Amino acid sequence: MSKISYCEALNKAIIQEMDRDPAVFIYGIGVPDHKEIFGSTAGILERFGSERCMDTPIAEDAMTGIGIGAALNGMRPIHVHIRVDFLLLAMNQLVNMASTISYGSGGKLNVPLVIRAVVGRGWGQGFQHSKSMHSTFAHVPGLKVIAPTTPRDAKGMMAAAIRDNNPVIILEHRWLYWQEEEVEDEPFTIELGKGNVLRQGSDLTIIATSWLNVEAVQAADILQKIHGVNVEVVDPRCFYPLDTELLVNSVRKTGHCIVADNDWIHCGFSAELAATIYEHCYEDIKSKVTRIGFAETPCPTARHLEDAFYPNTETLIRAVEEKLGLTEAELDSEKFFSHENRFKGPF
Amino acid sequence: MNLSITLYKKLLLIRAAEEAIINYYHEDEMKSPMHMSMGEEAVVAGVCHALSIEDQVLGTYRSHALYISKTQDTDTFFAEMYGKSTGTANGKSGSMHLSDPDKGMMVSSAIVSSSISTAVGVALANKMKKNNRMTVVFFGDGAIDAGVFWESLNFACLERLPIIFVLEDNGIAVHTSDKKRQGYDSISKVVAQYNCHNYEESTTDVESIYQLTQAVIDKVRTTSQPAFMKLSYYRYLEHVGINEDFHDNYRCEKEYEDWRVKDPIKVQRSRLLENSIVKESELIEIESNIYQQVEQSVSKAKQAPFSSIQTLYQDVFK
Repeated sequence: MSKISYCEALNKAIIQEMDRDPAVFIYGIGVPDHKEIFGSTAGILERFGSERCMDTPIAEDAMTGIGIGAALNGMRPIHVHIRVDFLLLAMNQLVNMASTISYGSGGKLNVPLVIRAVVGRGWGQGFQHSKSMHSTFAHVPGLKVIAPTTPRDAKGMMAAAIRDNNPVIILEHRWLYWQEEEVEDEPFTIELGKGNVLRQGSDLTIIATSWLNVEAVQAADILQKIHGVNVEVVDPRCFYPLDTELLVNSVRKTGHCIVADNDWIHCGFSAELAATIYEHCYEDIKSKVTRIGFAETPCPTARHLEDAFYPNTETLIRAVEEKLGLTEAELDSEKFFSHENRFKGPF
Repeated sequence: MNLSITLYKKLLLIRAAEEAIINYYHEDEMKSPMHMSMGEEAVVAGVCHALSIEDQVLGTYRSHALYISKTQDTDTFFAEMYGKSTGTANGKSGSMHLSDPDKGMMVSSAIVSSSISTAVGVALANKMKKNNRMTVVFFGDGAIDAGVFWESLNFACLERLPIIFVLEDNGIAVHTSDKKRQGYDSISKVVAQYNCHNYEESTTDVESIYQLTQAVIDKVRTTSQPAFMKLSYYRYLEHVGINEDFHDNYRCEKEYEDWRVKDPIKVQRSRLLENSIVKESELIEIESNIYQQVEQSVSKAKQAPFSSIQTLYQDVFK
């Protein structure tokens, strides 16, 4: 075991998988350059050479198709996008090609392609560098869509994605890159489709995605301290396949559910989760499902507007208080996560 | 077997299969939109005859000729047209997504230009594996209007991939002529600026297309540079469907008549007889065998069972 960051965990998983399987290669805009995709591709060029660690033209559409073609021919490409927003240029390849080729060939072909995409936030990322898009991707049969939260998730789910025989989109929130924890040194996988209980509790369930899990755990700790309520935080980790059983069991136990999705609410993954909870726990829940997400606007750049756009720890605390009929706690003495404390740009 | 006879048989198999589609379509048992290859047989059969079974091809929704050229298999072809369990994809793909990867027929896409980049990826893998396989991607002149064609050509040239881009140029995208779509005069002149070999041919002679392709493959292999081939043909039928559509007045029937004189099957048949490569009686037997093969394939397809309803949920993931 070693204490490593989320970013180091991604890097280690990729290197270990490339060591294990010569069919794995990584490519994308800037992948081998000196910025090394925030450090996540560090050392790969030196270790495996430029044929297995490739820079590309700024041509997301074709480069996605090229990954699909290489995957059809027995390779296991990893295509990296420094922002999810850039992946939208490749929607045709994802939705018309990658997701359909196994089905449309009667299972004779398959596409073992991993697509890494970073979700940006803060320091003026604005409306074209900050989207999540997981609901859109997860809507399409034939795509697996995952979002590791912890460093251990990052390592085990990256390895599982690379070994998976299907297209897997892995969404990496930029702020999670600095999370640290003890992670096994040797290669391991976390099965895609298995969620994770990040904090045990008995009074209320917060189902959170991506970065909002960090906010949810902090909110739960503060609520425990101030109100003595015991909040369970459940992270689905995978949008597809979805660990319905884990989510349902938690809500059956606590009777209350807040869904905190790192995305817009309308037609989003939070709607899918709310519907899932109602379908399975209608008799068990003591209050309606509450959904928390981004403001229904493009993401603004100015800090004060951006702060209002994103839900945060306080948003979650207030939602729990309202749901459980608690008085609003004084939070002035609490220290919340501040992105600006550790990051000054450019991205 | 004599090359000229072999090529004639390959041409006729495509034509006979599509004539059978026309003959049986009215029964409404082939429930699939048909984008007919009629008119382009020499282009596809000529290029494919220069390939080995290990070489890989990708195409479009207009891939009847490509599938039959690469596989010589009309049984699975018709089974797929009829949506049967014995088809290429248990009836899930229909006419527009034919594939048989074991015979190098990889993917065909119904989204114009979408399989071009896929083909470049197939070629990239072949280069990485150093397996000497050639990849050929077929697309129409509508596809060169799309950005992804240029992105794909650029990357293939940059990485010196073993791939041939075959532009099956019929001068018309659905119903819109190239003159109304393209802000340049000659695609070949534009492509000439890229680091690839560049060829342009307008012929319905399958043998000359075959010989040209052989030379192109050799050039791609010896120079490690991709090639671009612009091969012109005339689309005999409507964009989608089994009928002629000259009454719609978006194109001129006179053009069709000019091309019909040099119909690829007719040209090759004349060669066989004029050069006394085969006696007419033998030729009639060859032709009758091909039509018989197609009729048998149709009949097998009609008799084959539909796949079970459970098949609906199979193969979304592997």
